[in-house]
Amino acid sequence: MFCEKAIELIRELQRMSDGQLPAFNEDGLRQVLQEMEALYEQNQTDVNEAKADGRAELIPSIKLRHCCLLRNQRCLTAYLYDRLLRIRALRWEYGSVLPANVRFHMCAEEVQWFTHYKKSLASFMRSLGGGEGLDITQDMKPPKSLYIEVRCLKDHGEFEIDDGTVILLKKNSQHFLPRWKCEQLIRQGVLEHVMS
Amino acid sequence: MMDALSDDGSDVNQDDTQEDVMTPAELIAKLEEAWLNEKFSPELQENKSEVVECVMEQLSHMEENLQRVKKGDAKASIHRMEIDRIRFVLSSYLRSRLQKIEKFFPHILEREKSRGEGAPSLLSPEEFAFAKEYYANTETYLKAVALKRMPPNLQTVDMLKAVPEPCLDSFVFLRVKERQENILVEPEADDQREYVVDLEEGSQHLMRYRTIAPLVSSGAVQLI
Repeated sequence: MFCEKAIELIRELQRMSDGQLPAFNEDGLRQVLQEMEALYEQNQTDVNEAKADGRAELIPSIKLRHCCLLRNQRCLTAYLYDRLLRIRALRWEYGSVLPANVRFHMCAEEVQWFTHYKKSLASFMRSLGGGEGLDITQDMKPPKSLYIEVRCLKDHGEFEIDDGTVILLKKNSQHFLPRWKCEQLIRQGVLEHVMS
Repeated sequence: MMDALSDDGSDVNQDDTQEDVMTPAELIAKLEEAWLNEKFSPELQENKSEVVECVMEQLSHMEENLQRVKKGDAKASIHRMEIDRIRFVLSSYLRSRLQKIEKFFPHILEREKSRGEGAPSLLSPEEFAFAKEYYANTETYLKAVALKRMPPNLQTVDMLKAVPEPCLDSFVFLRVKERQENILVEPEADDQREYVVDLEEGSQHLMRYRTIAPLVSSGAVQLI
């Protein structure tokens, strides 16, 4: 039946309901586009015939193919747009450098979209407060306490905090650090908030 | 807390030369009101860039003062906490707006385009630039990855139809700040009389956003 491949693409995304980004289905996309091309060409032929020979009985199949074409377009744009929303969420989750395994799942155009998005976001943030700038990707949670206990999950080298002290972030070491300094590192997976 | 900072000898309130002088406490109260309204309303509210700018100025002053306080002084951590709290509210407010701008971008841009000369802008200039870039970026992407490979009559997508509009009929909680009379909740129809209520000051209600939307912009009610 027509449009089945397009629905399959949507189901692929529906299966990953937690916002994960599956690999870009280049094959699936190509198949849907090919089906659209075939439907369109059949319609062109039929429309010409219907006009030239007055064959009105071709009209229902012309209409059917047109509906399938619209459905395919709609499904494809839904698939592509939903992926964009997931990619957008990555900027807010991981920061402006995406982990390699995520980037492999993106097609070249999606990487470009992401690059433009983060540039746009950066200039927006820079322009806040009359040019002073504010990083609104920080402070994602209301501050509960000033200092938090964190455990280092991987070696991250030296880390300087406000009063000048330098902490060595070695894997498995635990530290009592100012919360606002750790936020970014916690999101990147370098530190882990230890809640006793 | 703010007064304690001014006692440190800093000039926290720089709006002396302007007509309506707001104390820092009033400014933060305004920020919190704007934040709650933005968080709980289904559609984008009017932009409040003056409040945003003043709050950012405020935060810089507080940070400066904090540098002057002796390290290890107990006061320092309390001030630090307050700065973090205000910065959180401000960031959350701006994030809330950005999320809605991204979610409803074609409709918001359409509204800006058709707004009259004197009408206030929904977006700050920076948000407007961001919204336009978002639209262009997304359109370019869809064209490049799929639309240009589709049959000639299907190479465009009407963004206004493709992207859903905010649901103005969602229900919101609100608290009444200024008494309102004769608010039309349900218009008269064949099977019912018109349903009209008075909103008493201080009372709290759960109503459809559409019914009280103008009261939110005017400040007569506060979403909670």
